[in-house]
Amino acid sequence: MLLEVKGLKAGYGTAAVLHGLDFEVGEGDVATLLGANGAGKTTTLRAICGMVRAEGEIVFGGERVSKEATESIARRGVAHVPEGRGTFMELTVEENLRLGAHTRRDPKVRQDFERMCGWFPLLKERWRQQAGTLSGGEQQMLAIARALMMRPRLLLLDEPSFGLAPLIVRDIFGILRRVREESGVGILLVEQNATLALDLAERAYLLETGRIVLAGPAVEIRQDEAIRRSYLGY
Amino acid sequence: MEGVCGKPPIRPNPADASQPARGAAIRLRRYLPPVASLAAILAPLWLLEGFHLFQLTVAVIMALAVLGLNIVTGYSGQISLGHGAFFAIGAYVTAALMSHAGWSFWATLPPSAALCGIVGYGVGLPALRLGGLYLALVTFSLAVAVPQLLKHRSLEAWTGGVQGLFLSKPEPPPWLPLDPDQHMYLLAVLVAGCCFWLTSNLVCSRIGLALMAIRDHPVAAEASGMDIAALKTRAFAVSAMITGVAGALSAVTIEYVAPDSFGLPLSITLFVGMVVGGVASVLGPVFGGLFVLFVPSIAESISRATPGVVYGVILIVFLVGMPDGIAGLIRRAAQRIGWSAEDRTT
Amino acid sequence: MDAFLLQLAAGVATGGIYASVALAIVMIYRATHHVNFAQGEMATLSTFVALTLIQAGLPYWVAFAATLAVSFVMGTLVERLIMRPVQHAPVLTQVGVYIGMLLIIGNLTGWVFGYTTKVFPSPFEGHGPALGGLISAHQLGSVGVTLAVLLLVYLFFTQTSLGLAMRGAAYNPASAKMVGIRVGRMLALGWGLAAMIGAVAGMMVAPIVFLDPNMMLGVLLYAFAGALLGGIDNPAGAVAGGFLVGVLENLAGPYLVGTELKLTVALAIIIGVLVLRPSGLFGRIVHARV
Repeated sequence: MLLEVKGLKAGYGTAAVLHGLDFEVGEGDVATLLGANGAGKTTTLRAICGMVRAEGEIVFGGERVSKEATESIARRGVAHVPEGRGTFMELTVEENLRLGAHTRRDPKVRQDFERMCGWFPLLKERWRQQAGTLSGGEQQMLAIARALMMRPRLLLLDEPSFGLAPLIVRDIFGILRRVREESGVGILLVEQNATLALDLAERAYLLETGRIVLAGPAVEIRQDEAIRRSYLGY
Repeated sequence: MEGVCGKPPIRPNPADASQPARGAAIRLRRYLPPVASLAAILAPLWLLEGFHLFQLTVAVIMALAVLGLNIVTGYSGQISLGHGAFFAIGAYVTAALMSHAGWSFWATLPPSAALCGIVGYGVGLPALRLGGLYLALVTFSLAVAVPQLLKHRSLEAWTGGVQGLFLSKPEPPPWLPLDPDQHMYLLAVLVAGCCFWLTSNLVCSRIGLALMAIRDHPVAAEASGMDIAALKTRAFAVSAMITGVAGALSAVTIEYVAPDSFGLPLSITLFVGMVVGGVASVLGPVFGGLFVLFVPSIAESISRATPGVVYGVILIVFLVGMPDGIAGLIRRAAQRIGWSAEDRTT
Repeated sequence: MDAFLLQLAAGVATGGIYASVALAIVMIYRATHHVNFAQGEMATLSTFVALTLIQAGLPYWVAFAATLAVSFVMGTLVERLIMRPVQHAPVLTQVGVYIGMLLIIGNLTGWVFGYTTKVFPSPFEGHGPALGGLISAHQLGSVGVTLAVLLLVYLFFTQTSLGLAMRGAAYNPASAKMVGIRVGRMLALGWGLAAMIGAVAGMMVAPIVFLDPNMMLGVLLYAFAGALLGGIDNPAGAVAGGFLVGVLENLAGPYLVGTELKLTVALAIIIGVLVLRPSGLFGRIVHARV
């Protein structure tokens, strides 16, 4: 298992948000966390990265990473594309990608720049432009590319479709599909758009007010009409 | 937040004033502090003399100056590192009017306070547009530049240039059996007392509460209809006036004004006094004034540099470890022994 | 006309010193959004260290390098020991801590090295006036040193991955952590570099104004003015602003206000910039978000 989470509890101040989650992501797999606003999806990703105080066990690649600093977890190979994308607005596209490769010392970094340009041709056109001048979709692509520059084993994606036009969302999910096939990176995807997420994922977890109420293969959940009606609303 | 504006929370008291013994106790509780403080304030008149009384007078004046700073920085949240400038204006107006025009001290107070108020208002206007940090920067620069301005040729006729001005203490009226030092102490206490009383009323008024609301939640305050600009500039004006009055008092107490005593060190001293005494507290400046007068003179006996180092260390220690200053410490101690909090602090 | 050119040249020379200190201030501002009021005091302390090393018999440039190393360590220590604990404190606390640091460092300097004014050697002495007598050898040399430092800093931030990481950490600490940058170390590093730049400025200005514990106060004011003029979050702007302020100061002196009001000129520039154009000549206007 790439990521195993057991009994994860987290919150902000005195407000508890997560009440003990168990889930896992296999090597090279895509898992998705679904759920309504406020269910605790973003908090789950932040807890894995050590950005909120959390209790419980988080094992990544066979090693316990609970309570480690965000930087250290990132250096272990967890790349987080946060809510709001977290691009370095003042820096150029190229510099953003160079920062993504900050921890790497291997000679393949240059090769990876080409790879990103292959996956995200739009970024190549904007190579020397400030990230802040990019459109929302381009920024999302930049954020994903920056995360992939780390050569992570696990990619945490927080609502990559948020605030984007449907056509662009389709593009991004197309790219994600290609990325996982060509790079073998494991993905934990948080999404509001359940159809898209279930198409991409192998496993799905349904979150409701800080608890996992349903877990199973994505195919089954997608086909179960009762679940769709009651939880996913389509 | 307890004890805001001197109205201690009403405690359910099963036995109320109908029982005479209880009533006496309550009366004692109510009247003891003011009577005791009045005694403490007046006692030095007879207990101390000469240099010690003079020192205490200066401490009272510093307390008043710190009070002025506390209004703008503590209550209104506008960081001023240059309040020495207002102190200087107050001192110089009084000194110039007394030594050039032969005015009596009392007569110089209104113009001195008025000019400080006007300049304070003038500084408060651009300050509105500056965030906390930039205002700190501007006032810091002002503090550094003050002595140079005071020495300038064009003002020399009034300021006495580098030499400064000499003046003398007001003579005590013949019916008052006090020597000039005692008289000066009484004057300082009287003026300072009025200012403290006015300030504590101001702070507890709607205006004071509005200032604190603006300091803590500017957006919410504006949304609830407060005129932020007017309140903040007026706070600046009042603050400058009070510090200016302190400057005027210091001119006659020390009987001398010179440009180099109004530089950055003075402004920093006021800032240290505010932090150590207690930010946003009316009582705090009293401790602040005592602190900035007596601690450096004790530290100075070790070496010329120690007062500065001691200031620096204490400033950092208070900011990090005891941000509500000595006033906060006393308030908490008073609460522990059950005496209701009288300090008007937030 | 000659007098004008002379003042202009002198302005460029002192402007370089203001530019260095302004750059140090901007570096810390960008990383922490605070102005280091103790920057001048730290530079003075460094200069005293340099003087001590020179008096101990070290060749000038060896002492210079050693001073930079000491200053770097001092800067990182200040960040680690004093600034880190108040990182998230309110503005008043932070400003107060800077003032506390100014008091401690300034007075310790006086305590250890004495308050008497000292002569500080220039490595460029012994050469005659340059550029046809327009500028002294020291002034020319200090402009050279300043420009070299600025160029090195520029190359460091744009060409090295460490420099890029520092910029990333300053702009967006949260994201920087997500790509594995150790943001705390970057902050300490930034403080170290700023202290080094300040030390260079101190060693270059000391031969002109003579060395005493309050030497940098005026310089600091002009550096503030320069930094604000160029836009306080813009390093290149701060450098340009520093030079501009140096020239303004030297021209305003004889032609406008007389030399006794030099500090007031700095104050006027600071107020003027903040009131008329708070983002500086080259800065971007950033709107506060509610």
